[in-house]
Amino acid sequence: MSTLEVNKITPVSGGTTVQVGESGDTINIPAGATIANAGTSTGFGDSLRPNAQNLIINSDMAVAQRGTSFSHPDTNNDAYPVDRFSFLTGSIGAYTSTQETLSSGAAYDAGFRKAARIDCTTAQASPAAGDYFLFQYKMEAQDCMLFKKGTSNAEKMTVAFWVKSNKTGTSQLTVKDGDNDRICAGTYAISSANTWEHKVINIAADTTGAFNNDNGAGFIFEWWLGGGSSYTSGTAPTAWEARTDADRGANNLSINDNTANDWAITGIQVEVGEYTSSTIPPFQHESFGDNLIRCYRYYEHTGSEGNTMVASGQTTGNTTMVCHLHYHPKRAAPSITLGTALTTNQHNGVAGNVTTKSTSNIRTTDCEFRITHDAGTANFAIAQGMSNVVINNTGQGLEINAEL
Amino acid sequence: MIVTKAKYCKDRDGNNVSVNATIDGKDWSVPMVEDNTHYQAILQWVADGNTIQEAD
Repeated sequence: MSTLEVNKITPVSGGTTVQVGESGDTINIPAGATIANAGTSTGFGDSLRPNAQNLIINSDMAVAQRGTSFSHPDTNNDAYPVDRFSFLTGSIGAYTSTQETLSSGAAYDAGFRKAARIDCTTAQASPAAGDYFLFQYKMEAQDCMLFKKGTSNAEKMTVAFWVKSNKTGTSQLTVKDGDNDRICAGTYAISSANTWEHKVINIAADTTGAFNNDNGAGFIFEWWLGGGSSYTSGTAPTAWEARTDADRGANNLSINDNTANDWAITGIQVEVGEYTSSTIPPFQHESFGDNLIRCYRYYEHTGSEGNTMVASGQTTGNTTMVCHLHYHPKRAAPSITLGTALTTNQHNGVAGNVTTKSTSNIRTTDCEFRITHDAGTANFAIAQGMSNVVINNTGQGLEINAEL
Repeated sequence: MIVTKAKYCKDRDGNNVSVNATIDGKDWSVPMVEDNTHYQAILQWVADGNTIQEAD
């Protein structure tokens, strides 16, 4: 091998490009060498957000606070088999959505152990016009600012994910602008049945419609799985347009048409800029704990471990008033459901016989519970004072919900 | 979201501060703030001709 020792290589007179090698060649950079870039590099897969967390929360589908299996009856229905992601089934058959545990396959080999999955249990091969069927994720508008949407510097977006279905064919990811009611889409093809495949979709930049800098919905991602003509009779828009429902699910796999059908997804990655399957930056895996904390901004479920003390306060007469602090400040003042297993235990161990429960002064950080008791509860009347609010069995309890 | 029942809840001062609602078959205490998606659904339910019951 000969060695060329020069300080500079420049194009021939009049030229502007220097080529190294030919197509198919390999250009080796030895170990210990450094490429120093003082200009602009393209095509190297450099992230515009190096070392940043994934823009999508729970993108590896690891957190499932609500449970891991949900039935979707043949009505308008939505469920979150994993945190932050929901399957929406609108009178288009019945389904079971689950958090699937992976044990093999390309997604498993890529480091993913959980997926969101839906199985058709009652088929609807001829959906009515307004029926819909999709998998959805919503970003807060204030977290979408780095895409500079609605400005002359608007950025393209790349969405990558692992997907598997028993059905092959072309399906669609539609990205919706929740503030300005606009949509853009990309399609992906499932080539092999029952096989995890990695898909990379580019979404155009949009110089129209800036997001509100607030906690409302910004980008809404919709993976369409089926639908009636109101949502499927159009064409996937590869440029941003005012919302046209017929375009939103123009390509879908009609997972609704047979009870043998299923669809699963994991490893969702959203990047600023345009990437291909060979240039997209590596998926940013998070620890389970970091992931869970990010999920708490939208939902928390207390009491799944059983006999969990969720608050402590004062009993006066037949009423216990307590202040509950949420695990994490919420996106907005949350809705709260007090499970049927929620009881009060007084300092002397006497359990109150709860007759009514209500919540007030609900804020992003805390709320107040007011629990009244049956006046006939044994020993209760003499046990005024400090009370603990307890969830006394597994699977029920306190849900605090600030989802978008 | 499907709202099937809604009733105001008062605080200690007698002000309506939240709505106890049944949404998608589950009972929720919903704060009366418009960035809460359950409250948005309740407002739509009212716009569709339904009424939130007064508090006890």
